Amino acid sequence: MDRRSFLKTAAVAATSALAAPRLSLAADSKTLRFIPQANLANLDPIWTTQYVVRNGALLIWDMLYGVDDKLQPQPQMCEGHEASADFKTWTFKLRPELKFHDGEPVLAKDAIASILRWMARDATMGGPIKRQMEALEVVDDRTFRFRLNKPYPKMLFALGKSSTPSLFIMPERIAATDPFKQISDYVGSGPMRFNKDEWVPGAKAIFEKFGAYAPRPEKANWLSGGKRINFDRIEWQIVPDVGTAAAALQNGEVDWWETPSSDLVPLLKKNGKIAVDIADPLGNIGSFRINHLHPPFNDVRARKAIQIALSQEDYMGAVVGDDESLWKTLPGFFTPDTPLYTETGGEALKGKRDYELAKRLLAESGYKNEPVVLLVATDLGIVKSQCDVTADLLKRIGVNVDYQALDWGTVGQRRAKKDLPSQGGWNIFHTWHAGADCVNPAPYIALDASGDTAWFGWPKSDLVQEKIAAWYAAPDLTAEKEAVAELNAAAMDHVVYVPTGFFKQYQAWRRNISGVVKAPFPVFWDVVKA
Amino acid sequence: MLSYLVRRIVATIPVVLLVALFVFSLLYIAPGDPAAIIAGDQATPADVDRIRASLGLDRPFLVRFFDWFWHILHGDLGTSIFTNLPVTHMIAQRIEPTLSLMTLTLILSLGCAIPMGVVAAWKHGTWIDSAVMMTAVLGFSTPVFVIGYVLAYVFALRLDWLPVQGFTPISQGLWPFLRNLILPSIALGLVYMALIARITRATMLDVLAQDYVRTAKAKGVGQRGVLFVHALKNAAVPIVTIVGIGFAALIGGAVVTESVFAIPGLGRLTVDAILRRDYPVIQGVVLLFSFIYVLVNLGVDLLYTLFDPRIRY
Repeated sequence: MDRRSFLKTAAVAATSALAAPRLSLAADSKTLRFIPQANLANLDPIWTTQYVVRNGALLIWDMLYGVDDKLQPQPQMCEGHEASADFKTWTFKLRPELKFHDGEPVLAKDAIASILRWMARDATMGGPIKRQMEALEVVDDRTFRFRLNKPYPKMLFALGKSSTPSLFIMPERIAATDPFKQISDYVGSGPMRFNKDEWVPGAKAIFEKFGAYAPRPEKANWLSGGKRINFDRIEWQIVPDVGTAAAALQNGEVDWWETPSSDLVPLLKKNGKIAVDIADPLGNIGSFRINHLHPPFNDVRARKAIQIALSQEDYMGAVVGDDESLWKTLPGFFTPDTPLYTETGGEALKGKRDYELAKRLLAESGYKNEPVVLLVATDLGIVKSQCDVTADLLKRIGVNVDYQALDWGTVGQRRAKKDLPSQGGWNIFHTWHAGADCVNPAPYIALDASGDTAWFGWPKSDLVQEKIAAWYAAPDLTAEKEAVAELNAAAMDHVVYVPTGFFKQYQAWRRNISGVVKAPFPVFWDVVKA
Repeated sequence: MLSYLVRRIVATIPVVLLVALFVFSLLYIAPGDPAAIIAGDQATPADVDRIRASLGLDRPFLVRFFDWFWHILHGDLGTSIFTNLPVTHMIAQRIEPTLSLMTLTLILSLGCAIPMGVVAAWKHGTWIDSAVMMTAVLGFSTPVFVIGYVLAYVFALRLDWLPVQGFTPISQGLWPFLRNLILPSIALGLVYMALIARITRATMLDVLAQDYVRTAKAKGVGQRGVLFVHALKNAAVPIVTIVGIGFAALIGGAVVTESVFAIPGLGRLTVDAILRRDYPVIQGVVLLFSFIYVLVNLGVDLLYTLFDPRIRY
């Protein structure tokens, strides 16, 4: 064989060998490969309130109560409860068959230790319960009791809340950890064990089926009912680049992507092997957060100038693109299509935007072209898009914008500063709130207007606080609706913050996966892979 | 030679420590707050303050520095603020993918670049020379992430020959290991290959014009012998230098490549740590990289003696 013949033969052999293999990496039907919304850097759902940690924790630890898709808390680890007529005494009984991953039974002392750690970190419901608690005591191995000095009718909502931090039940020895220190033992009470040996933070997290988990007999519904897992192994793969994640899903290297980027969704929809649907029906609320401490926005007229000039259409277009099924305007603070949704007092956000009136209001507030500091987190797409629209809006109404490009870590630090904007403080930053946290005032920390103790921006309005208290005291849904309508109007009038619109995001999965549901968190139970 | 080697290794220690001090100081004055990230978006300012205190981030600079330095002296790089895992453990988890990627990249790029540079110099002024230089310019001027996306699109999505992302340890088999690394190594290696090919060509052109090459030809040494035995060995010193210098670029490129191909290596660990202000991890990784870089430079110095016997230490 001469050299040319050899090269020709080798080329043909190489071509046929390369053309043949289909190397996309299929996994068996008992392994689910999932790309979560963010890196799972730690797994203590009390120490941190990041949603991705809560989502991982939902596999490892179970809850006393779990919300269903009607946002109603249902018994989960609890068999049932008794509440006194005045709602001051609450007694809970655990199911008898509950076991931790180390084989030990789940007892009342474990529940109490978990509740105490959660209370220390949950400012929205756990903290208030603790402040009115006379005792939290073991009645017997499976029974524990709250004794309160004031009625707390919303106890079940507190124990079953899905907003972070949620109440997960851990063994007493783990729950005894200082709430401000991270746990390092992940023995859980939920349907999956965490495989710590295979954990590579920032790359992968492995969950393995816990055979002794006893699901409830009912059908699963969000965080309630029988959490039946159809996989031996769930692999969370952290793929930081959205283009790579999309390619991996198309190539069959992963099965399910929690938060595909909206600009890649049209590409995914074209692929017959991929299903795309809304991830969370409760969506998200964009936030234009204002610092109430310093000029010009310490004057309500300056805040109202923003409110009447701001176009939610512009913001939503920047955040989610042209797909109008993904967003709607929101002339209120509460999540659309939920029982307490209201537009009362939201007129300022409706209709034609009025730049001239905004300029007049700014002038009346005493604004004299001082720089207004806008903190821009350039590494978060949703935040960066909103900031760019805001920079344009402020210029249109004659505001001198100081656009400070930072990363989210720095924004997180800067927004906590109460200093003058010229001395390291700030005037405006953007974020967004999960719709699940905005269904009522309890988890809605952004609406708190208690001044110094309020969320960043420190709004202060006694009327808003009075209306929040009225909701807590409301005995039924009708009274709750009335209280929330008045709260919405008061918060709009005070301009606690300005909602920039309501938007949803997609999730995408391979079509050989079935049972994926729409929820504010990934629901792995009842999902099946063909 | 041995005493030189020992002296150079000992000399790396103050270099690495100076880098560490510099990084520590930079991180101290840089904005950003890990406590705010840990606390999450819904946390109150009081929560953030308590977390900051529990992490010891509210202590003065010197206290934090000497505490850290004391642990370094005991071989303890600290514990990650976010994962609660020892930094040495996190580095150990990530070092295999990065070393594998860099090694394969070096093999691929040197294996292609040196013959390309030699052939371009040999065929100077012909279409072969132009083609090699065009390829080099293209490789040099295209960003790594663009090359990465194109390769993934063609070889993973269209042809389905190779996976888009991930890493398989070599302990699970040679082909699974290589399968994940081929595309990222090509993406990362193209720039490096272009750089070395250009330097090789330029140096070879210079060497081929020397008298001893003409003498070798006059004595009847074949073309291959002239190129690879006489010329290339004498051109090796500048090439080795550029290989060493380019190693730093390789470390930087690995950060991007590991993100594009979702390889769980040190580059991604560094980026994640910087974005979260995970100070112990940043300090540990930078110490490691500076140590590796110093070692590579030492290796380059030693290679000089191999290629040029006139060089003695």
